[in-house]
Amino acid sequence: MSAEPNVRTLTINGEEISARSDQSILEAAREHNVEIPTLCHLEGLSEVGACRLCLVEVKGARRLLPACVTQVAEGMEVTTHSPKIDRYRTMILEMYFAERNHVCSVCVANGNCELQDLSLKLGMTHVEIPYQYPQLPVDASHPRFTVDHNRCVLCTRCVRVCSEIEGANTWGVMGRGAQSLVITDLKQPWGDSETCTSCGKCVQVCPTGALFEKTSVGNKTRKHPEFLPYLRIMREGEQP
Amino acid sequence: MNTEELQQIAAGGQEERDKFDYEVNVCMGTSCLSQHSDRIRDAIAKEAEACGKKCQVRRTGCMGPCAAGPMILVEPAGKLYGHVREGDAKDIVEALGGEPVARLDPELGSYFEGQNFVVLENVGHIDPEKIDEYIARGGYQALLKALTEMNPASVIEQISKSGLRGRGGGGYPTGLKWDTVAKVKGAQKYVICNGDEGDPGAFMDRSVLESDPQRVIEGMAIAAYAIGASKGYIYVRAEYPLAVQRLTMALREARRRGFLGNSICETQFNFDIDIRLGAGAFVCGEETALIASIEGKRGTPRPRPPYPAVSGLWADPTLINNVETFANVPPIIRHGGEWFSSMGTARSKGTKVFALTGKIQRTGLVEVPMGMTLRQIIFGIGGGVPDGRKFKAVQTGGPSGGCMPEEHLDLSISYDALISAGSMMGSGGMIVMDDTSCMVSVARFFMEFCMTESCGKCVPCRAGTVQMFELLTKITKGEATHRDLDRLTELCEVVGATSLCGLGQTAPNPVLSTLRYFKHEYLAHIDEKRCPAGVCELSPAAVEVHA
Repeated sequence: MSAEPNVRTLTINGEEISARSDQSILEAAREHNVEIPTLCHLEGLSEVGACRLCLVEVKGARRLLPACVTQVAEGMEVTTHSPKIDRYRTMILEMYFAERNHVCSVCVANGNCELQDLSLKLGMTHVEIPYQYPQLPVDASHPRFTVDHNRCVLCTRCVRVCSEIEGANTWGVMGRGAQSLVITDLKQPWGDSETCTSCGKCVQVCPTGALFEKTSVGNKTRKHPEFLPYLRIMREGEQP
Repeated sequence: MNTEELQQIAAGGQEERDKFDYEVNVCMGTSCLSQHSDRIRDAIAKEAEACGKKCQVRRTGCMGPCAAGPMILVEPAGKLYGHVREGDAKDIVEALGGEPVARLDPELGSYFEGQNFVVLENVGHIDPEKIDEYIARGGYQALLKALTEMNPASVIEQISKSGLRGRGGGGYPTGLKWDTVAKVKGAQKYVICNGDEGDPGAFMDRSVLESDPQRVIEGMAIAAYAIGASKGYIYVRAEYPLAVQRLTMALREARRRGFLGNSICETQFNFDIDIRLGAGAFVCGEETALIASIEGKRGTPRPRPPYPAVSGLWADPTLINNVETFANVPPIIRHGGEWFSSMGTARSKGTKVFALTGKIQRTGLVEVPMGMTLRQIIFGIGGGVPDGRKFKAVQTGGPSGGCMPEEHLDLSISYDALISAGSMMGSGGMIVMDDTSCMVSVARFFMEFCMTESCGKCVPCRAGTVQMFELLTKITKGEATHRDLDRLTELCEVVGATSLCGLGQTAPNPVLSTLRYFKHEYLAHIDEKRCPAGVCELSPAAVEVHA
């Protein structure tokens, strides 16, 4: 980092805090133990602002702002929780559950799933909107890993880690709208992919049971995405 | 190129015109061309040659009243013919200099009353593929004036003074946008013209690009000079093959005449433009998705800020405006900002091109000053609803806009008035509906559009539009309950408030506006299991249970 970053003072939920000027609201909040739910965000990867769970109220802003990509500013007044925001977040979670086939009881990630954790944390007890039950494929052609599109939340963490950290660019997104799918190469079976290095980073960063190791049985899949920030430090000598 | 040379070209064009006694201008826009106006032109040219009249037969762009096409404009009489067929060529040529052919009268009534051509000033009078005809009508004077008599700051000052606001729908002040990009430091800056017009029922940008492409190029060059850009892109839908073909030709002509390239008009200013084709995604009309698409990436929007003005194409400062916005620039520079701001309302200046379609007598392209009422446009210019049916609603703003009922007909067109009525200006589509339209079906149609055009990046838009579409389907089938209606309203709120880009944020608007003005139609489907307009096929089971 070239110049000494400036310090900004802002309030989050009425509490005055200070943050570096290059920090996002999310970073500043987490540093001060204020929890903002996220799904597509992962420390060590670029931000896409797609899951919309980290939306917060900023006084003076016309719309809710995603905390992950909004930089802190002097005098900013941020509200991370309100009845309205909580309602929106629950509804967004419901949309996640309803759009694909998330059946926790038979999922390898049961108990270790970020989507499941979020629903517990936000108190989403049931899904009111109708389930879509799409017919989606499972690709188990790779010798070590499986992708089950029924459990994918399209956070694109796999796409980003493959491009930004591994540099293989195996993963991509095809289709649009509800028909979007994460794919390997040009939708070849994962096992036939010529670019995949079988490094398994995508599996580790996947928040749900969409990507899993074949060796995982029942609900014993613990994922370890925490390697990312350390990998970054070691590669770039960058402070996390 | 200097003023004398420009005048020489213009004079040359005039001389060319003076050789002829008559001009027969044949519309060869997409609409008339689809009815073989090219064959009509050839037939007229042949007839003219045969009878020895000195007659110039010219291909032109869209003249506006598309419903009466194929259109022909005969000069110097200024006579319009409509519904022309190949067999009419002989009569048209014979009538030159005499009585016009009565049976070809397009019966346009008050179509041109109150219209004010700024953007469309050249249509019907120039061949879109000939740059010299554009120059003969004052073209490129504005660029020359900007480059030789004005500095970039004074160009921006004129644009700001004009009060021009973005014609793509948002209505952001153009001068302010230019000023911002001009002030951002950057070695490389870009100008992008957004021609990814995708609203159902809208064809303004297509017509401008097909009829007067040089005007857009000139506007872009002036913008590039003002903000300090050296490279421009026109992003145009691949579904507009004629526009692409004429643009390609126009860019080549502009380069040949030295209005693009290096040392333009013998100044230090360098600027060139490339065309990029859209691959058929509505979301690529959103500026950040459009930029991603030009970069060769998947066309998905990204959160703003940073705005393209700061970090746009390849992370460089980028000015992105709509086709019609750029088309307004040359006349503003030629006549001055004050001239432009003398038209329109207090906060919406100038004119707006609308594509008038739907259940209307005279479908076509119109350009009216801001502040004109919907009634004047629909009933005056458009001639009202045909077949003795009753007007029900007018939809503006495409899938981001809304439907306004009869009581809003006296609303003056402006950005702010349309928003407060629950719709928006949008790019200029104006769809008229009569009493045979079911408003729930209309809302469902637009929701289906948003659902299939959602890029899938953020979940409220990706999954929320699916949920809303299914609820609307349920209502049209008569299977919905009041609980479903509540859920629909709640989904509208959440999707509107939490979506990443404009597509999702405005996707609920057609539902919200129809709920606001036509709630009784929703209730008729739910409570009485009937469709008041008789459009929806209600499920027999639902009707039976109700009976």
